[in-house]
Amino acid sequence: MLKLVHAIISRDLRLAMRRRADIVSALFFFIIVVSLFPLGVGPEPELLRKLAPGVLWVAALLATMLSLPRLFADDHRDGTLEQLALAPQPLGLIVLGKVVAHWLVSGLPLALLAPVLGLQFDLSSDALWVLSSTLLIGTPALSGIGAIGAALTLGVRGGGVLLSLLVLPLYIPVLIFGAGAVDATVTGLGAQAHLSLLGALTLGGVFFAPWPTAAALRIALD
Amino acid sequence: MSNKQINWFKFASPQAFYPLAGRMIPWFWGLAAVFGIAGLYIGFLVAPTDAQQGEGYRIIFLHVPASWMSMFIYLVMAFWAGLGLAFNFRLSGMMASALAPTGALFAFLSLWTGALWGKPMWGAWWVWDARLTSELILLFLYVGFIALQSAIDDPRRADKAGAILALVGVVNVPIIYFSVKWWNTLHQGSSVSLTKSPSMAMTMLWGMLLCALACWMYAIAVALMRVRTIMLERERHTDWVRAELRELCEPAGGE
Repeated sequence: MLKLVHAIISRDLRLAMRRRADIVSALFFFIIVVSLFPLGVGPEPELLRKLAPGVLWVAALLATMLSLPRLFADDHRDGTLEQLALAPQPLGLIVLGKVVAHWLVSGLPLALLAPVLGLQFDLSSDALWVLSSTLLIGTPALSGIGAIGAALTLGVRGGGVLLSLLVLPLYIPVLIFGAGAVDATVTGLGAQAHLSLLGALTLGGVFFAPWPTAAALRIALD
Repeated sequence: MSNKQINWFKFASPQAFYPLAGRMIPWFWGLAAVFGIAGLYIGFLVAPTDAQQGEGYRIIFLHVPASWMSMFIYLVMAFWAGLGLAFNFRLSGMMASALAPTGALFAFLSLWTGALWGKPMWGAWWVWDARLTSELILLFLYVGFIALQSAIDDPRRADKAGAILALVGVVNVPIIYFSVKWWNTLHQGSSVSLTKSPSMAMTMLWGMLLCALACWMYAIAVALMRVRTIMLERERHTDWVRAELRELCEPAGGE
């Protein structure tokens, strides 16, 4: 079981590494969106500190959305997905492997990059730490829930926009607790409760999402 | 297999359900009219003016039933969707897609009438109250469902994909509701509290219940009408639809 997941992860990572431009462009999208906000609302440090958690988190959601269609589309195009679905191993586990690989190339870099961007918003070092850890804890849930949407919109016309319509409302709890944790740290309340709930969302999301995703993939392949 | 079971499943086929739905529609329209007139009569003429809110409160006779319906229809839709996935009934998917626009309409109505009520009462068209926000998110979920179904050309695949989305949505609705509620209490404190007086006058309650029943009947009637159209559209290559259409066109052709 674990071996299968491991094999899928290393395969997807290798494929992602051969097309680094995709990863880098999603990251730059994140950087650019975040940097646009101070230009839009003005450079007052007080205001920026207040806005930072929400802006960084919303930008992270959007950046994740950008990379989601690739989760299954390439494999679908060259027929690999059909072979995977025919394999005797449960499709859910294969999906889990793909979700983990997706997180490693999309969520993890965002979490590592976010503190640097947080500096632009004059966040304290405490808040930067919390920001980074919320993204670290919360982005796996984004990859998991996003996989459902990616599977549902596989091969559908207008897939990209449709995907955001389906997935963004489901991301709201993650956004609330992720941005809320940073906000709580900035205002001096503890972030403990938010982090626990965020962890619960991630565990639930990553654990349950592979099932509907696998079902949706089978429908798409029919 | 007992005889009874066969009877139950008989109406799962569109061919059997189509005439049944046709016979039921006028009844539901009639009931909707009766309940609607009775409810509005009580609401506008019998119910007393509210001591705090004046005449403006009377919008709740539409607002509250609309929000109830918007939430309930999502559940019904998810129920049909689950049934369709489990038993592979063609009718279930059609019912789910027939219900979605009505649910979205009620969600929108609830937001709209809520805004009309909020302006005189709270002094704002919109506040980020937990209920308003979750109703808005519910509308987004409906829109996502409709968009997904209309983007997929193959109706069978559209039904199944929509079913999965509806089930995922129904699992998420409580999570979304509680997270929004929590977010709301953290950010807003007690600036706005929805004071639905618990000791609502009996007449008001009756008016509201009658209006809710009217909305029920309306929703059922409209969903049945829509499902009949969907049936004709999807099964247009079958013999029974041809026969049905010939019958429809005959009087016009004969004259």
